[in-house]
Amino acid sequence: MKRFVYINDNEASHDPYCDNRISNRKYTILNFLPKNLWEQFSRLMNQYFLLIACLQLWPLITPVNPASTWGPLIFIFSVSASKEAWDDYNRYLSDKQANEKEVWVVRDGIRKRIQAQDIHVGNIVWLRENDEVPCDLLLLGTSEPQGICFVETAALDGETDLKTRVIPTACAGLASELLYKIKGVIECPNPDKDIRRFDANLRLFPPFIDNDLCPLTINNTLLQSCYLRNTEWACGVAVYTGNETKLGMSRGIPEPKLTAVDAMIDKLIGAIFLFQIVVVIVLGFAGNIWKDTEGQQQWYVMYPVEGPWYELLVIPLRFELLCSIMIPISIKISLDLVKSVYAKFIDWDEEMYDQDAQCPSHAANTAISEDLGQVEYILTDKTGTLTENKMIFRRCCINGTFYGNNSGDALKDGELLNDVVNNVPDVVRFLTVMSICNSVVPTKSPSGEISYKAQSQDEDALVNAAAHLHMVFVNRNGNVLEVNFNASAVRYELLDALEFTSDRKRMSVVVRDCQNGNILLLSKGADEAILPFASNGQQIRSFSDAVEQYAQSGLRTLCLAWRELNEDEYTEWSLMFKEANSTLVDREWKLAEVCQRLEHDLEILGVTAIEDHLQDGVPETIETLRKAGINFWMLTGDKQSTAIQIALSCNFIAPEPKGQLLLINGRTEDEVLRSLERVLLTMRIATSEPKEVAFVVDGWALEIALRHYKEIFTELADLSRTAICCRVTPSQKAQLVELLKSREYRTLAIGDGGNDVRMIQQADIGVGISGREGLQAARAADYSIGKFRFLTRLILVHGRYSYNRTAFLSQYSFYKSLLICFIQILFSFISGISGTSLFNSVSLMAYNIFYTSIPVLTSVLDKDLSEKTVMQHPQILFYCQAGRLLNPSTFAGWFGRSLFHASVVFLITIHSYANEKSEMEELSMVALSGCIWLQAFVVTLETNSFTALQHLAIWGNLAAFYAINCIISMIPSAGMYTIMFRLCGQPSYWITMFLIVAIGMGPVFALKYFRFTYRSSAINILQQAEHSRAPIFRDFESPVESSEKDGISLPSTAQPKSSRSPVYEPLLSESTPNAARKSRGQTTIEFFQPPQNRLSYSRNCKNN
Amino acid sequence: MNSGDGGGAVAAAAAVTAAASTSAANGSADAAAPRRNSKRPKYSRFTQQELPACKPILTPQWVISAFAVVSIIFVPIGVASLLASRDVVEIVYRYDSDCVPASWASDKLAYIQNPNISKTCTRTLTVPKRMKSPIYVYYQLDNFYQNHRRYVKSRNDWQLRDASKANDTSGCDPEDAAGGNPIVPCGLIAWSLFNDTYRFTVSNSNLPVNKKGISWKSDRDHKFGKDVYPRNFQNGTVIGGAKLNSSIPLSEQEDLIVWMRTAALPTFRKLYGKIEVDLQANQTITVTIENYYNTYEFGGKKKLVLSTASWLGGKNDFLGLAYLIVGGLCFFLAAAFTIIYLVKPRKLGDPTYLSWNRNPGGH
Repeated sequence: MKRFVYINDNEASHDPYCDNRISNRKYTILNFLPKNLWEQFSRLMNQYFLLIACLQLWPLITPVNPASTWGPLIFIFSVSASKEAWDDYNRYLSDKQANEKEVWVVRDGIRKRIQAQDIHVGNIVWLRENDEVPCDLLLLGTSEPQGICFVETAALDGETDLKTRVIPTACAGLASELLYKIKGVIECPNPDKDIRRFDANLRLFPPFIDNDLCPLTINNTLLQSCYLRNTEWACGVAVYTGNETKLGMSRGIPEPKLTAVDAMIDKLIGAIFLFQIVVVIVLGFAGNIWKDTEGQQQWYVMYPVEGPWYELLVIPLRFELLCSIMIPISIKISLDLVKSVYAKFIDWDEEMYDQDAQCPSHAANTAISEDLGQVEYILTDKTGTLTENKMIFRRCCINGTFYGNNSGDALKDGELLNDVVNNVPDVVRFLTVMSICNSVVPTKSPSGEISYKAQSQDEDALVNAAAHLHMVFVNRNGNVLEVNFNASAVRYELLDALEFTSDRKRMSVVVRDCQNGNILLLSKGADEAILPFASNGQQIRSFSDAVEQYAQSGLRTLCLAWRELNEDEYTEWSLMFKEANSTLVDREWKLAEVCQRLEHDLEILGVTAIEDHLQDGVPETIETLRKAGINFWMLTGDKQSTAIQIALSCNFIAPEPKGQLLLINGRTEDEVLRSLERVLLTMRIATSEPKEVAFVVDGWALEIALRHYKEIFTELADLSRTAICCRVTPSQKAQLVELLKSREYRTLAIGDGGNDVRMIQQADIGVGISGREGLQAARAADYSIGKFRFLTRLILVHGRYSYNRTAFLSQYSFYKSLLICFIQILFSFISGISGTSLFNSVSLMAYNIFYTSIPVLTSVLDKDLSEKTVMQHPQILFYCQAGRLLNPSTFAGWFGRSLFHASVVFLITIHSYANEKSEMEELSMVALSGCIWLQAFVVTLETNSFTALQHLAIWGNLAAFYAINCIISMIPSAGMYTIMFRLCGQPSYWITMFLIVAIGMGPVFALKYFRFTYRSSAINILQQAEHSRAPIFRDFESPVESSEKDGISLPSTAQPKSSRSPVYEPLLSESTPNAARKSRGQTTIEFFQPPQNRLSYSRNCKNN
Repeated sequence: MNSGDGGGAVAAAAAVTAAASTSAANGSADAAAPRRNSKRPKYSRFTQQELPACKPILTPQWVISAFAVVSIIFVPIGVASLLASRDVVEIVYRYDSDCVPASWASDKLAYIQNPNISKTCTRTLTVPKRMKSPIYVYYQLDNFYQNHRRYVKSRNDWQLRDASKANDTSGCDPEDAAGGNPIVPCGLIAWSLFNDTYRFTVSNSNLPVNKKGISWKSDRDHKFGKDVYPRNFQNGTVIGGAKLNSSIPLSEQEDLIVWMRTAALPTFRKLYGKIEVDLQANQTITVTIENYYNTYEFGGKKKLVLSTASWLGGKNDFLGLAYLIVGGLCFFLAAAFTIIYLVKPRKLGDPTYLSWNRNPGGH
């Protein structure tokens, strides 16, 4: 599929493509209501409530006014509809702003100012410096004589450096006046969202030059939303417009992620629904039986002897309606509300504000905060995530000579400086490759200082290092590269650039030395992408040793090489390269093949070693999170030895003899299988040993393992708490995430670069580090943070609180709905099982959406433990991971509580309001107030920390209940006219309320106290400790700290051997504060606990 | 392992102080670098989740005293309620089977449905204790489902209130119209109006029963119209209960108003009238009962109740007993918790209890 764009062809009939009107809107004014309703009703729960509401319109079966369901339903619908409408309106405004922006466009040979939305494909658009590009353009001309211009693509990919864009060769040298009249055709693919690729051809019509096909790449384009910088003007032809631009195509609504908590809530709702059906059937039967026996004798009810055909259905349907409140209608909206507050808390968190980058943390996905608290596996990228991605050139090895080994900094190595001054040829060539084999753009500030704009941090480091060594890359002037070496200018003509791809793992440039006309191929790349292509005569041994040595010390290595080409070879190759360059299909693959033909027989010049600093607090973060029971996998594209080195330095794995690394390698299936089996065997044995075992696998073996031995590998993944996967591709990263997800683990993927995007999107939670490699990962992610160490806070504080709060909120919602429903059911037993509602419609409606919803919303402020305590005892996260606070058994507790409370309210009410006081309206209001009182106390009892807001919500709500009912009691036409005033004046009413509260809460309170004190959970113990400021805290702050600092790098090694036994039991009752301290030191033990134990245990918890 | 703990704590503490000092020094910092901190989240105790909070925990002292206080409060209230209930003098006389002549005992339904038999029934009651006026006269029905779904909704409040809405009989089915004309008041509730009557004589002199003001004032004023008169009532094929005098407006038909305050329980008492003289102990009252109302069909009981009232209402031991029991249980719990606390003290917040400190194998 191709599109043909005719440049500057104003005949509208030629234009089958859309105009440049951007529309991100989901709705229009006309379709808003139907479309929004349709969307809302595609949710199962809404369908259910709609069915109930419709059934209520049948007066024969409705127990209450239909308003009691329609009211909340309409309320909930209008809340979410107005939220949608507001979002959509804002989108409309921003669209409008973009659409109505004025741009210069050539019309009939004259430059005109029109609105951006009127641009059509084929129009020529003129941009000035700092203008935003209105649509995807193919660059035709610029103010710069070399035909280049600079763009900032931050809005597209988040990279803040300036990128160079060049005009196609066919347009080179056209005067700006000619550009008004230019005609031609561009053959390009249909719109897609790949912002790194534009495989197209340009053919200009006569009289413009010859009729040659000119290949186009992404470097010839100006994409929508980029900014033109440092260039006076540029003009281009619109290729993709409106929503068909690269940016427009990549805008998509991501699939919503469902959290484990949501899944559990859905499951519980399903269970309640089944329970409800059972209740309805049983009561329906009983009701029909009562009607046919007892009911026929109650003459005043006047049951007709022969009813209509649906007679049998009437009572069950009535009960269905009566019980429909069992499923809390407001739960989804309450959850949405609190979830957005959780997300806001993350955005607002000052402690997760990155001072260096001035970038706050951001929760792009507001719906999955609870999952953060349930993370079991963290899959992390290495470069830029664990490390700073701030590359510094440290050492190098030039032709067998090591520089910088002694001082640790080659730039200060006198020997190297000497060699540079002495023009040692090898060194000079090495420096030349360092300085010009790249895509770096030098820019000169007015003061004459040169700074470099580089897309790759490695290149930046190399060019800067070369500049330090007097090989200064001064200017990139079109195809001419200027280098200053020892104060003499050297010029190279850039002939071709063989770009870097993650498959090739190397890049090369072909340049012509302007002094002597020699053509040179300069290459740099990973050792395995360069060393095998060394010329036959060359010994590569010393280089691979150097690579090994550098990698051992955690440095990133690059091999540099070059080759002189002869003129013929180059000319021949150049043709093939051009051809490959202008193919539309599989261009990348074809280019790689062509490049391969040139990159051989290289003369290896040397190896560079670049250091990448660890980020602050990485070892501590990993250790804390690991104590919290989270497993870490490192997935990196880097080589094995570097990865292992970094892993050691950041506590990821322990050194021998405490830790053990198991390598999985092999080139063939058999080798990999043998290796896998061996590792698995060791792993199984190791489970009984207090050893920290990790496996290391490289991309190749991983590919084979995943394809052929998935089961073995999966078992291995289950057993291993730590793994290092090196040399993996982005899709393998995603595959590993998928593998862990298929084992029902909650995964969190964290990364910073474009190569992590797939894994970030695949994982349950994707976290992007808004780092130096641009914002690509951060954009794709659910959460973006500035530093790896913020992960601790994100998980332990925000994730944990969110989980706890949602667990309470959702179960409480079930509780309160069940409570009122059980009362209705109990009442039906004394009303002839006829399905009478005890409560009136207004009360029912207000109960669900008002009285009981507001106080519990303040649980977003609840903190069971202080942040400090959680940070000190990350193990406490286990409660969230295992789902201890929201599972069928905790739900059973709430279910039982609601049944108990319903019985208490009901029985007390009917006994204290018996005989002459048994008036319906009064009795129902007594029961309702009983519920409200109880729920106020339940919320109070379950709240761990009270802020003023919570008090206000809980007690204010109680006051509001009386205020509202008093107001309703003043309306003569209302059913409950004067009721509330009568009740409030009766001593027996208040006495009844206190009785309900005492009997309802007494046992709950006593039980809670008993469990809190004598069957304390770890949370309880920490709460007590927090409260009593027990030695636990003082210990931590004073003497222990110093000893801890000593052990920071490898704290576990200092532990006495005996303590590592998994069966070790410290003295329980005789524990003195001293013993307590000791045993706290043994927290490490958990680290060694047999994985199998852990797994089976967490499985059990899940099944609870 | 300890390093993480300490480090985390220190870092957290440092960050807290940093946050605090930044907020304090915000003014100068902002002035110096207005753009630098533009993206920095605004500090407030709410956004940082640092609102001052109290975190009560269930310490033994606290819980034990709570239970003790509850028991101290509840026992006196229980005693007071029980005394109030005991103060109430109540005469309950069940007459539904008593008032059926022995010859009809086997077929009470036929008796009550036979319009030709006199239903008058005279009995004497003895006052057990002195009863101070006002003495409330109630009728009590058992096994009568005024709360039945068909029954409770069978009324039309607009019609009762407004003379112009006489034709509005929606919801009154099947007692909405008779002979094509709407019934006022319509519906099953009105139709089944209780129609037994009581007359009292004490030592041969008539004991007047005041039937004014037995209904709620709010009902008379706002729920039943002053200009709404019964129309077409009990004219249907089946006669339910009492007939109404069609020259008296509904707002003055207090028996109807009382009856239409439906009861939520199948056993209920409704006010029949008030006796406004004191009755002495051992006085005999002669009651003449017109036993018309059919409860025999569904085996319901009918009782006549004369009762005084206390500050808590009628005779009802439930609240008093419940308070005493709850007070006692709370006292028992307080005592039990105290004993457990003394016998088996447990240090709160002892880190050795933490599972990961205790049992490395699992949590």
